[in-house]
Amino acid sequence: MRPVSETTYAKTIATTLARAMREDDRVFVLGEDVALGGPYLTTKGLAEEFGTARVINTPISEAAICGVAIGAAQSGARPVLEIMYIDFIGLALDQLVNGAAKAHFMSGGQLSVPMVLRTQGGAGYRGAAQHSQSLESWLTHIPGLKVIMPSSARDVAALLPSAISDPNPVVVVENKALYFRREQLPDDVPVEPIGLATVVRPGRDLTIVALSRMVQEALTAADRLAAQGIEAEVIDPRTLVPLDLPTIAASVARTSRLVVAHEAVCHGGFGAEIAAELQQVAFYDLDAPVFRVGAPFTPVPLSPPLEDAYLPGADEIVAAALAVLERPSLIS
Amino acid sequence: MLRTMWRIRAFEEHIGPLKWASEVHGLMHVSVGQDAVAAGVCLQLGDGEVVYSNHRAHGHALAKGVDMGRLMAELMGRVDGLCRGLGGSMHIVDVEHGFLGATGVVGGNLPMAVGSALAGRILGEDRVVVVFFGDGAVQAGLFAESINLASLWQVPVIFVCENNGFAEFTPRSAHTRVERVSDLVAPYGLPRETIDGNDVIAVWRAFGAAVGAARQGMGPALIECLTHRLRGHYVGDPDRYREALADADWQQKDPILRFQRRAVSEGWLGQDEIVAAEQDAAAAVEAAVRFASNSPYPPPEAMYEFVYAKSG
Repeated sequence: MRPVSETTYAKTIATTLARAMREDDRVFVLGEDVALGGPYLTTKGLAEEFGTARVINTPISEAAICGVAIGAAQSGARPVLEIMYIDFIGLALDQLVNGAAKAHFMSGGQLSVPMVLRTQGGAGYRGAAQHSQSLESWLTHIPGLKVIMPSSARDVAALLPSAISDPNPVVVVENKALYFRREQLPDDVPVEPIGLATVVRPGRDLTIVALSRMVQEALTAADRLAAQGIEAEVIDPRTLVPLDLPTIAASVARTSRLVVAHEAVCHGGFGAEIAAELQQVAFYDLDAPVFRVGAPFTPVPLSPPLEDAYLPGADEIVAAALAVLERPSLIS
Repeated sequence: MLRTMWRIRAFEEHIGPLKWASEVHGLMHVSVGQDAVAAGVCLQLGDGEVVYSNHRAHGHALAKGVDMGRLMAELMGRVDGLCRGLGGSMHIVDVEHGFLGATGVVGGNLPMAVGSALAGRILGEDRVVVVFFGDGAVQAGLFAESINLASLWQVPVIFVCENNGFAEFTPRSAHTRVERVSDLVAPYGLPRETIDGNDVIAVWRAFGAAVGAARQGMGPALIECLTHRLRGHYVGDPDRYREALADADWQQKDPILRFQRRAVSEGWLGQDEIVAAEQDAAAAVEAAVRFASNSPYPPPEAMYEFVYAKSG
């Protein structure tokens, strides 16, 4: 038996970064307050072990620090940049889109930008409209970026090392609601390549593809559906770009029904891309339209009852599952 | 130095006709009149020292040692271009010569230069990084952010501002009340100097001192080169927003003619060497055009090859 210990998503980020920094002197961390551990303690202990020359607190200059990470990566370092909230990524987006994503292409393969940009989104903490968003679909539209969304501490341990060693810019979109969830984890989780989905729960009646925080919500929904005799298969793509479409299509070939669930606003969200790509390869496997679960087309409200109503979760997934199964909803 | 300036001048003056003939593609920002800055700076750098440039990059690239034929092929979108025809004028990169790149986003290169210098420090091999930008970039937030980071971290970045008095079509006075870019960085405490950027010797001396200090670990510096863009913002710009410089005035200001007069009067160069520098440059451009014209366009599938870097 491998040793197993209780940890959290946030702690696993810090321990995984520490391991990467021990193994490779080129790896360094920069961002606002990272040397102090950051607001969610995802970089806790790194400055103590590696010093502030490799764990660099930066001013609140998102555009410049993103550019710094790009320049450092182009010159042989392996920066892991933290943008504290994905809500602030607009400030860094020019550098990320026009600098990081295109450098390899525009230089005819001469430059590469092996950087990681860690950031986090997600509502549910009364953060209101500028500290709660899920903006991953902005990033998935840009050729040259890879985008991953680990939904568990295990996936952080498995995928973050691959992101750091990847020769391309990889954006890691975390969700603040996952940070302090307790999880039993072996001390030596095997590293896995970016770009592979996992079947989190097998099932025969429908497929639920869920991103990030919605994976846990989908599992809760699957439990409730099971009580009604419906077996839902839950798939976590883990990587949005490149998307593991074959795993999703193989599941739909068996279940014939698909629900896609993410916390981001449904309109223009990544669920639309999954639905569009899936129907192109599996239209004749489908017995019902693809349903999407996501947030309504509104900014995130502050007022607690409003935010609770805004935030999609297991209830909405169950409703969508029953709809694609053409059964009456038990909650409506 | 004279040879480099003539190479830049001859190259840039050739771009206009090539553009009208649709031989080169995309926006072409030429640096005629700003040749002294590129030569006075880049000729003092080794291949291991890095240059980040802006959208007006041909001169910087040539002075940094980039092959003229491959540069021309890039502007023509040919497979033998520096970037295999994928980048073009505003995205020239030549890693072999430490030319990490032009950018089409004004000010976008500034933090990358700081990051490149930071990487040197992290990898234990401090090396000088030079970033060129125009006075137009100074009004972008990235300028203040990047100057702040460079001075905070004391990394060896030399900020070279080519102040040609115009941001695209608009005179500097319409964009800011600050006349001198060097005044803007005063509170950061980094060495700063405003010089006559049309005087290649002044550029050479100022940059020589700055690069020497940076190599000694003295941190960043800023050099503001007052210069003049003799042509429009891009090839095809009707340039109606500026008063034409009288020919006689330009004879006085032209960095090449100025240097030649001085070189002859000081006895540094003979008339024959001057004539040869100009003729050699013209021949080099002709050869570059020949090389580039003979290079094929890349096949359509080439656009998929470099979207992502391959592992290993």
